[in-house]
Amino acid sequence: MKILVCISHVPDTTSKINFTDNDTKFDTNGVQFVINPNDEFGLTRAMWFKEKQGATVHVVNVGGPETEPTLRKALAIGADEAIRVNATPTDGFFVAKQLAAVMQEGNYDLVIAGRESIDYNGGMVPGMLASITGANFVNTCISLEVDGNNAKAIREIDGGKEKLSTSLPLVIGGQKGLVEESDLRIPNMRGIMQARQKPLKVVEATSAENATEVTGYEKPAPKGAVKMVDPENVEELVNLLHNEAKVI
Amino acid sequence: MSVLVYTESDQGKFKKIALEATSYAKGVAEMLGTTVTAIAINGGDSSELGAHGASKVLQVSDSKLEQFNAKAFADAIAQAAQKEEAKVVIISSSANAKFLAPLLAIQLNAAYAPNVVALPEGTSPFVVKSNVFTNKAFAKAELKSDIKLIGLSKNAYGLKENPTTATTDAFSPSLNEADFSVKVESVDKVTGKATIADAEVVVSGGRGLKGPENWHLIEDLAEVLGAATACSKPVSDMGWRPHSEHVGQTGKPVASNLYIAIGISGAIQHLAGINSSKVKVVINNDPEAPFFKAADYGIVGDAFEVVPKLIEKLKEFKVNNA
Ligand SMILES: Cc1cc2nc3c(=O)[nH]c(=O)nc-3n(C[C@H](O)[C@H](O)[C@H](O)COP(=O)(O)OP(=O)(O)OC[C@H]3O[C@@H](n4cnc5c(N)ncnc54)[C@H](O)[C@@H]3O)c2cc1C
Ligand SMILES: Nc1ncnc2c1ncn2[C@@H]1O[C@H](COP(=O)(O)O)[C@@H](O)[C@H]1O
Repeated sequence: MKILVCISHVPDTTSKINFTDNDTKFDTNGVQFVINPNDEFGLTRAMWFKEKQGATVHVVNVGGPETEPTLRKALAIGADEAIRVNATPTDGFFVAKQLAAVMQEGNYDLVIAGRESIDYNGGMVPGMLASITGANFVNTCISLEVDGNNAKAIREIDGGKEKLSTSLPLVIGGQKGLVEESDLRIPNMRGIMQARQKPLKVVEATSAENATEVTGYEKPAPKGAVKMVDPENVEELVNLLHNEAKVI
Repeated sequence: MSVLVYTESDQGKFKKIALEATSYAKGVAEMLGTTVTAIAINGGDSSELGAHGASKVLQVSDSKLEQFNAKAFADAIAQAAQKEEAKVVIISSSANAKFLAPLLAIQLNAAYAPNVVALPEGTSPFVVKSNVFTNKAFAKAELKSDIKLIGLSKNAYGLKENPTTATTDAFSPSLNEADFSVKVESVDKVTGKATIADAEVVVSGGRGLKGPENWHLIEDLAEVLGAATACSKPVSDMGWRPHSEHVGQTGKPVASNLYIAIGISGAIQHLAGINSSKVKVVINNDPEAPFFKAADYGIVGDAFEVVPKLIEKLKEFKVNNA
């Protein structure tokens, strides 16, 4: 089985979000970039398929040269090969088009992507990729097993879970649950050394237009002051929620 | 050339998010000088959609669509959009809507904007404002394709009554076998309990509760309020509560009217996920807990003393306001 894991390169969750150029560009100053958390769960599940079922695992990112350390980290965790599509990821549609070209070129059976990137929260790349290539698609995937050409998946739904069956080729949008938090791997020295020798291929982008264009950013309005209630007078909180906030 | 809205229902009743999406669709339709058509798949009472601005309801009654299926539903909505020559399609931000959205976008060749928080700033160019960086910022984006698909953030627009007489047309999309290539084997859904996605109120507990044996505090409080229960990430990591209750940047987003956080410190990743809740109440015994800075109402106190009192007072309130 050939697996492609899509890796989105995102600001660390503790990052302060600021903008430059008259609020039109994300300010990367002082920001640490990491593997998108949802993709980290997916990559770990891919390692399971590699170790238990002899799968080959490639990772891919659509981005500039600055994303290579993130791809090297994925190699250090255990992926066999990395591909970087050399292009600025302007929107989800553009990225999906690039990934579709990589998926078709490499004849992958399974593509593991994340439910969403924590930067733009698009939640659209995996589904678009599946739709463009005609592959099956399961979103918010929290469990995946593959047997030959058949796949069984569990998807999280609002208020529960759903068991699904389908066939390869398959694209999933994965998230926490796909593996446990404690299964996530930190690259060790040996992995880091090996990663240096592993191939990181840079391919040129296929021509595609973006469907959306960001014109500017805004930060949320600052919050008003908190109103403190005396712990001996909890009734006041009930009154405030009813009469002032009108939420009960 | 109407605006098309996909209206979700549960057990034959339209969900609140369906009425909110319809209200929003009406707002967009007014900007474009057109009307709203809703598509309802095995849906509820059309007059409810009319009350929120829909002029026409396409009713799909098909036993094959009894269970949600992303590809088949996307196909049905796409066919409705084509029939109506809709240039703008509105959906919600439910798990199902987010599942089908990218499939629908490709099928319609539409530009898709998720997590939209307000009416378009203009329709030519067509610019919408969305939540990005898990609620740490907003982006404005121009949707450049001829057809636009908008995913509306929950609770961002609200319900707007707009009494309209809605005509109902039966609609039978032609579905093929490929639409069902992902099969639902079984659904395991808690019934009769509010979900984080739909609840007006969410009660959430953190590590400050010390252990799973104390969760009756959270559950009892949730019960008086008709609320859903949630938790911080370490609480689900330690297995005190199921993963499905983990809220925050790497868990579920919460956009309820009221969010009550008990024994949660207010780490940046937690706040990111719950920021779009309207009113936030924090109960924490540490006056320096960062969460107080993000709260509307706060109580500095021991959860084990404050929460039982709060439950009692809420019960009294309910009796008096019944
Ligand atoms: C990559 C990454 C992603 C993350 N994503 C998320 C996420 O999505 N969601 C999330 O929640 N976290 C997330 N975190 C974790 C986050 O950084 C915090 O560690 C976590 O939110 C802390 O949980 P907590 O507030 O329950 O626990 P703590 O930080 O331990 O806080 C417990 C609080 O309880 C209070 N307390 C103690 N006893 C009492 C009492 N008797 N009565 C009242 N209050 C009491 C304490 O004063 C304290 O403020 C993430 C972290 C990382 C690194
Ligand atoms: N630039 C990118 N390169 C590779 N994969 C990506 C990229 N952007 C998004 N993805 C994948 O698509 C998933 C969802 O991203 P998004 O649709 O941007 O929220 C991510 O978790 C990744 O797996």
